[in-house]
Amino acid sequence: MSATSSQELEQAPPRMSSRLEGELMEVSLGPQHPSTHGVFRMNVALEGEIVRKLKPVFGYLHRNHEQIGESAGYLQAMPYTDRLDYFCSMTNNWAYALSVEKLAGIEVPERAEYLRIILAELTRLQNHTSLLGFLLSDMGAWGTPLMYAFREREKILDLFESLSGARMMCDYMRFGGCRVDANDDWIAGAKKIVDLFPKFLDEFEDLILQNEIVIARTQHVGKLSPELAISAGITGPMLRASGVNYDIRKIDKYGFYPRFKFRVPLGDHGDTYDRLMMRALEMRESLSILQQAFAQIQPGPVMNPKVKIRAFKPPVGEAYGRIEAPKGELGFYLISDGSANPYRYRVRPPSFINLTILEDMCLGHTVADVMVILGSIDIVMGEVDR
Amino acid sequence: MSTGFVDQIFVRLKVWIMHFLPPGHDLIASFVSALLNISGVLIVFLTLFAAMSVLERKILGRMQNRYGPNRVGPFGLLQPVADGIKMLIKEDIVPARADKVVHFLAPIIIAAVAMLTLGIIPYGRNMTPLSIDGGILFFFAIGSTTELAVFMAGWGSNNKFSMLGAMRAIAQMVSYELPLIITTLPVVMIVGSLSPDQIVAAQSKYWFVFTPWGLAAFLLFFTSGLVESNRTPFDVPEGESEIVAGHMTEYSGFKYATFFLAEYFGMFAISGLAVTLFLGGWHAPLSILRFVPSYIWFFGKLSILLFVFVWARGTLPRTRVDQVMNFAWKFMLPMAFTCVVSAAVWHYAGRGFFAWIWSLVIIAGVYMTLSILLDTKKKFAPRVYRFAE
Repeated sequence: MSATSSQELEQAPPRMSSRLEGELMEVSLGPQHPSTHGVFRMNVALEGEIVRKLKPVFGYLHRNHEQIGESAGYLQAMPYTDRLDYFCSMTNNWAYALSVEKLAGIEVPERAEYLRIILAELTRLQNHTSLLGFLLSDMGAWGTPLMYAFREREKILDLFESLSGARMMCDYMRFGGCRVDANDDWIAGAKKIVDLFPKFLDEFEDLILQNEIVIARTQHVGKLSPELAISAGITGPMLRASGVNYDIRKIDKYGFYPRFKFRVPLGDHGDTYDRLMMRALEMRESLSILQQAFAQIQPGPVMNPKVKIRAFKPPVGEAYGRIEAPKGELGFYLISDGSANPYRYRVRPPSFINLTILEDMCLGHTVADVMVILGSIDIVMGEVDR
Repeated sequence: MSTGFVDQIFVRLKVWIMHFLPPGHDLIASFVSALLNISGVLIVFLTLFAAMSVLERKILGRMQNRYGPNRVGPFGLLQPVADGIKMLIKEDIVPARADKVVHFLAPIIIAAVAMLTLGIIPYGRNMTPLSIDGGILFFFAIGSTTELAVFMAGWGSNNKFSMLGAMRAIAQMVSYELPLIITTLPVVMIVGSLSPDQIVAAQSKYWFVFTPWGLAAFLLFFTSGLVESNRTPFDVPEGESEIVAGHMTEYSGFKYATFFLAEYFGMFAISGLAVTLFLGGWHAPLSILRFVPSYIWFFGKLSILLFVFVWARGTLPRTRVDQVMNFAWKFMLPMAFTCVVSAAVWHYAGRGFFAWIWSLVIIAGVYMTLSILLDTKKKFAPRVYRFAE
């Protein structure tokens, strides 16, 4: 031991605890950590490797989204919703458009509704695919599943790009319809990708979800009871993994979802493996919705001509529009005072609310499990911090 | 038999250099001889390290549906040079509260240890750099020092992630040292020597991997080797997504590169020992292939094992600490002891066909018993899901 450190030791107060179990070691995981999905921080108290306390700390990416939404006006807030959950800009657009349509009582043309469903389900596909990749990466699979997941995601992003002009920040939907129409080539291209997707999904499930290490790492890890999930306001695949049948597409019947036949997968254990499988099974259902949508979609206008989106002034009132975003219930609450700006613009972000019970799921598990549990919640910091 | 010119070219080269020395000075001669051996090992393995670092990235790239490094030099083959320059000119940061001496010594010890273990492996006919009788013993005695160096790195860095990584490393490396050493016992028993040269010589007719106990011991040895060299799926000590980089978190610049080098040298050493113990060392697989120089066979076998290391890294997720430990104590250790018993039975049953059967029966029996006792199928299995309409 060097001279300096022995001096330091003499000066330092005695740190041995009189208790037998010893001290808890406090570790700050994040905000700069390889697998906290951005700038998320967890203050963890460890007993050896076991987590005894966990305090999530967020706000590092806070950028005043709601205040800007209130000062920007109704149309200008639309591209800004892209930046909430930057993986799923299409569903963010839809949720916001839905709220404004509720607020002002706007009708949406039939073709626009179909396009919205197609784009939302494509978004769900690419979100769930990349989530599985990221989760495996958190599990230490060193990028291989992620690269293959991204290969599939790229195809869908290419579709978004050719339709809206942007790969991630699509800004595609408007209240009263969609910005541009999709031509037949686009529909045919999308259909081709959807036709080829099950092959990838089969391979992915065979290689990854049946892998012994993955099963041993995820089963019985991070259990979430249905009661706790409901009382904490958890939504989306995470809630359904706990066995609660709650899918806003079925409950609210927004859009044209009642016209589609699809099933809602439910888990029985509520652990990380169930959450993983919910995503895989939901992708299959999304594929079936997409196939039905391609068969049903008819030519027609995509924008309600009566809506003046530029100088948009909805009547006084309030509205809460919500959709089943890939991560859970995404809602926008708007209060209008009749002016060009919303009086109140509030986002109900699924990632943020799903993240609140992180501690309950992590206690008693190891540090390695914390990363897997965090990955299975499916958070995007842009949406958590807003 | 080919004691051919090409086969012995490096041995002849050394003899030729040695004959320039003035006669009668044994001390100088042995010193120069040792120096030549050391430089030979270092040149070969530093080159192999450079090649391996770029090839691993290339292979991983192919597995991951991308190209891998292809900018520096033809096909990116000069990437290690660029990496080396980058590592050398990087700032070497020592944390303010670190134990400076321990922090400085850890990478040196870990690299030195990894290089020392390479010394006892026979790379070809008459090509053992350090031919000692207790070679295997030397390998494990020196190899265990790695744990000390890892813990020095974790302790000296004064970082919580480093400490966690070092704790994990100690736990898992000490646990897997046992199956690693015990699986070499059957070979040592059958050959009756701890000398790697004699172990290789004993495999001139058949390789030990082609006996039931040899195959089982080889698989166990290789798995333990994966753990000892901290490679996926057992890279728990440096688990990047959990504890940043484990004991290497506070190292930068060339000290980090030294850890990297030690990891690869450890991998070469473990694979080299596996080749020596079970895969016939430098022997050709068939007698008609003996015209190929012996060292080519050794490095060919070594490359295959190294590829398996990379393959595992590209395809498997990481296990958890407690799972790694359970696997060591509940499965690896009993199986390793079974290999010893099985090898003894094989020897005393006359090493013939019935010996083969008896040996197989013992291993299969214990394997079956263990899989029934450790049955995890009820707890961990793929599930069937229900759907709501």
